[in-house]
Amino acid sequence: MKRAWLALAAALVLGAAATVYMTHTAASTPAAPPTSLRGGQLYFRDGGGQVASVSPADPDGSRQRSGLRCDRFAAAWPTAVCLTADVTNGLPATTAVILDRDLRETRRLQLAGIPSRASVSPSGRMVAWTVFVTGDSYSQGGFSTWTGILDTRTGYVVTNIENIHLYLNGGRHHAADVNYWGVTFADDDTTFYATVSTRGATYLVRGDYARWEARAVLAGVECPSLSPDATRVAYKKPASGRVPWRLAVLDLRTLRSVDLAEPQGVDDQAIWLDTRTVAYARDGDVYALAADGTGAPRVLVRDATSPTPPLIPR
Amino acid sequence: MYITLRRDTPAPGRRALSAVPANVIALGAVSLVTDVSSEMVTAVLPLYLALTLGLTPLQLGFVDALSFGVTALLRPAGGRVADRWRHKPVAAAGYALSALAKLGVLAAGTALGPLAAAIIADRTGKGVRTAPRDALIASSAPAGGEGLAFGVHRAMDTVGAFLGPLAAFAVLAATGGTYRAVFVVSFCVAAFGVVLLVLYVRDRPGPTPPVPPLRTVVRDRRLWRMCALAAGLGVFTISDFFVYLLLQRSGAVPLLYFPLLPLGTAAVYLLLAVPLGRLADRVGRARVLLGGHLALVAATLLLAGATPAAPMVVGVLLLHGLFYASTDGVLMALAAPLLPDSSRTTGLAMVQTAQASARAVSSLAAGALWAAWGARAALLVMAAGLLAAVLAAARGLR
Repeated sequence: MKRAWLALAAALVLGAAATVYMTHTAASTPAAPPTSLRGGQLYFRDGGGQVASVSPADPDGSRQRSGLRCDRFAAAWPTAVCLTADVTNGLPATTAVILDRDLRETRRLQLAGIPSRASVSPSGRMVAWTVFVTGDSYSQGGFSTWTGILDTRTGYVVTNIENIHLYLNGGRHHAADVNYWGVTFADDDTTFYATVSTRGATYLVRGDYARWEARAVLAGVECPSLSPDATRVAYKKPASGRVPWRLAVLDLRTLRSVDLAEPQGVDDQAIWLDTRTVAYARDGDVYALAADGTGAPRVLVRDATSPTPPLIPR
Repeated sequence: MYITLRRDTPAPGRRALSAVPANVIALGAVSLVTDVSSEMVTAVLPLYLALTLGLTPLQLGFVDALSFGVTALLRPAGGRVADRWRHKPVAAAGYALSALAKLGVLAAGTALGPLAAAIIADRTGKGVRTAPRDALIASSAPAGGEGLAFGVHRAMDTVGAFLGPLAAFAVLAATGGTYRAVFVVSFCVAAFGVVLLVLYVRDRPGPTPPVPPLRTVVRDRRLWRMCALAAGLGVFTISDFFVYLLLQRSGAVPLLYFPLLPLGTAAVYLLLAVPLGRLADRVGRARVLLGGHLALVAATLLLAGATPAAPMVVGVLLLHGLFYASTDGVLMALAAPLLPDSSRTTGLAMVQTAQASARAVSSLAAGALWAAWGARAALLVMAAGLLAAVLAAARGLR
């Protein structure tokens, strides 16, 4: 009988502790009314998960909140994509919402897994995203990345591009463990770059959406981001030592790479603010940095992730 | 009259379940509560890493390999300590380490090293507690009733695995997506599991029998035969993730439902663990164990050959759950009575390590076969290998 009282007391104390912590940490922030995409503004996701924008000329100035909540956000005039993790129905799932220039929903895709990367082609036509899909304890250690591409003009969507014809070292590559992530499209809306991992190695691939093929360019390049002049990709590379990833820029013609002047680890798909500057999220802030290895990182927007380049209305 | 009648002829199921000792139920309750806690973390850890910390699950891939190695070494060591000293404190230490690891994950923040250390501590705790716990189940069960005891324990354990993700997502829903709250609640649940263990689980009765030197323990031929059995079958056991990945790739399962597949296996396991444990006590554990592997052969062949459609998915999941229900607890129920009381925990730990190592090899081999010859060839090779291993084991166990 004494044992039962002790067990009950423990249940009450631990239950109370859990409840107090939960009520203490419960997040609630009021949302602002939705606004439209505005040209010239730099968009990002603020610390509370709400999409907001600032003027790139005055990033510390007033923030325009959009009322949109996302876990990953990307935009290029006139299209935006908002990935949200949906945990309400008991399984990790991702909702990809495609939005037009008025931030009105034009398409909603239900995906499995956890939001990881999102990008929109410079023309606003192609939208790409990556989610992580993990099993539970019955499939220990197993996970895969699923990368999807949507053509907003035709409405055609591929939820997992893993069946694209892949060429490694000149030959067609067949393997079970092919995973793609981090798609970045070129101006022509068919050429793209991405990372593929297979048999424990990662490669930068140059893909052709129309011909449905991808060819390996170089090993060890992850989360590429194509420069506006399409001559270079900014990427993260595995680093040894205390930081897991370093930012670098690869010249696509010479295949020569230069490390950027960021001593800290960065795990993000960088974006290009212009042909000379990249931006990325690190430790909850967005930084800007010269793309040629010189200079030093400077905080561009505080308390922000998922930056977009300043939008150019077309 | 009616009452007397009922007392004299109870329903067979009820009589069997009432034969399960209180200590096994207590251990089952501890496992249930602990599994709720650990599955809460398993369910949200990738989300937490990716969304809150901005880390890639890939970055923690090395953690799997590292915890596998650490666990493989520490499991037999923990077993030996339990044999020489007491079972309950070693099991309690394992449960407590896993509980504290939940707070470790929270404290580590984005620091990759401490984060990896916390996750490895969690899995190490699991590795250390398993063998003493299984030895306690075996020594609590009446002779000849080990299969049922393990079946009841595993069924309770699986209930916890079902409830964990639900609890995690309920916490997320209640807190507006605060992942840190999940770890705190998970810690509280795990701590309650430790309290239940301390209060309700009895250590094996009587003084610790004289423990033979390690040399004698590892020279035991019966132990080697059990390890060889576990490893021989394990090396041709297709890994769970392959099964689910192949089901998904067959096109018969929409992407959205991919994470539901393991629940299918678990549901069948949950329903069949007790009946198959009883069956194992009645017709022989080796028979049920090998029969369960034949179910896996069938599941593998079905994956390789059947037309991808809903019946195929259901068939594979049924056979996969049947495989777990007739092998996981049954292997322990088979091995435990064959091992001497004085070194049982060490022996069970070695059997578990042999099985885990063989399955790791299997996973790599199947991956290589798949890459070289394609999925179907890989499945056929694994099925043929497992069939041969079952036939060899049937001969060896006779």
